[in-house]
Amino acid sequence: METMNSKSQDKSSVVIELTGVKKRFGRQMVLRGVDLVVHEGRTLVIVGASGQGKSVILKHMLGLVSPDRGTVKVFGRDLQQLKRRELNEIRSSFGVLFQNAALFDSLNVFDNIALPLRERTRLEEKVIRDNVMDKLTLMGMERSVDKFPAQLSGGMRKRVGLARALILDPKVVFFDEPTTGLDVHKSNELYRLFYRTQQQLGYTAVIVSHDVPKIFKLADEVALLADGQVQGCMAPEDFQMSDQPMIREFVEETMGHLYLSDEEETNFYA
Amino acid sequence: MRAFFEKIGYETIIFLESYGRLGVFLARTVKSLFTSRFKLRPVIHQVHFIGARSTFVILFTGLFTGMVLGLQGYYTLRKFGSEGFLGSAVALSLIRELGPVLTALMVIGRAGSAICAEIGIMRNSEQIDALECMAVDPFRYLISPKLLAGIFALPLLTAIFDVVGIFGGYLVGVGLFNINTGAYFQGMYASVVWADVEMGLVKSLVFGLLLVWITACKGFYLHLERTGGFGAEGVSRTTTDAVVLSSVSVLVWDYLISALMI
Repeated sequence: METMNSKSQDKSSVVIELTGVKKRFGRQMVLRGVDLVVHEGRTLVIVGASGQGKSVILKHMLGLVSPDRGTVKVFGRDLQQLKRRELNEIRSSFGVLFQNAALFDSLNVFDNIALPLRERTRLEEKVIRDNVMDKLTLMGMERSVDKFPAQLSGGMRKRVGLARALILDPKVVFFDEPTTGLDVHKSNELYRLFYRTQQQLGYTAVIVSHDVPKIFKLADEVALLADGQVQGCMAPEDFQMSDQPMIREFVEETMGHLYLSDEEETNFYA
Repeated sequence: MRAFFEKIGYETIIFLESYGRLGVFLARTVKSLFTSRFKLRPVIHQVHFIGARSTFVILFTGLFTGMVLGLQGYYTLRKFGSEGFLGSAVALSLIRELGPVLTALMVIGRAGSAICAEIGIMRNSEQIDALECMAVDPFRYLISPKLLAGIFALPLLTAIFDVVGIFGGYLVGVGLFNINTGAYFQGMYASVVWADVEMGLVKSLVFGLLLVWITACKGFYLHLERTGGFGAEGVSRTTTDAVVLSSVSVLVWDYLISALMI
């Protein structure tokens, strides 16, 4: 499979590095030693069954959760060793699109997107307005500036969330299940926006997704999380041909039905 | 036997964690006031929400509290032939005790529950995570305007409660029982001193801090609450806990301040 991203395959610099990350919530061991590397300018997609801890990995990268064991390094700096101010400096180069967009209910679309600019910069209101309208136009949402999140559809909310994630021109953008709850048309629209903005801004992307195999088109690397560990991280075409038992099982489970005969498909669902 | 000690240890850890969180929460909120740009507009917005929008309920409660004080005070004082002291009794009870406490309890019910539910829902829907990821300090953006507004609004609401309560006592004492107007107010002038007002002021300041501190903290750490957790039920349980805890704290601190300042 040819990926949409035709970036250089040269070994680029490491942006995020997780080493031996273990995390337990109560009695449940969620991560059992995760090793993962994200390279600059590339798109890493983390796949795996529900409840395996994909979003927990994302929260470690964002510094929202601390590992019980192991280290999380972003731009070469161990997040656990940083003071809050230093952590905020790193976070100011992040953009995040949450699963449900996490828009602020009490603010309209414009104020939601303007919030990072108003809180993190000293730009004049006119400049803020121009920046916000640029991003909204890019997302095709310029007519919805005055609407509140509750008045928006799921797809519109995701587009506003993406506009907010990109407003500070981040170096790394995280996507937590970006197309969950969207129909095929809206999903494709969001993927196109992702592709276009990444080409334009050149950000590194980390995507947690269930949308296999479509998401492989956008990925430079795919990592499978199963049993609390990364079972393999490789190019999407290698991922689909991998002999690693867990990856093969995942590929067959998620994509196998695409190649089944009618009779096999009946048995598959029986 | 081992299970018994495990249970005690577990409960102790939960207790310490819960109260430790309250301490850390207040420290981070206060710190955020001094380490970042101060913005007046969010504070004014919160003063409107906590203060101005509570005015009607405070007027209503204050009036009827004063009226019932007038009624009960008159029957008690009449036994000793001291009806002339009704003004002093109503004013002292309101200014030193009932004004700050009842105002705080009414504001907890009206605004405190809303603060806890609002922040809890923001936690549930990842809005607080979103703020942190944008490098926006949620303590400065969300909590400190509410804390300042609480500390500012409570003394003002308490003053309204006291004045309306004294007027309620006047309606009953003078209007219903024909006590002399001059006696009602003269007794008040003679007996109420600055120390009484000061006690009421200190109490209302402390209660303003307590109610925002506890209700906001409960909502903010909703995901860590043992009885809370996620979902609509989690928000409702945590809000109930927050209202109960802040109401009880107001009464406990009321006693402590009275004991210290009496």
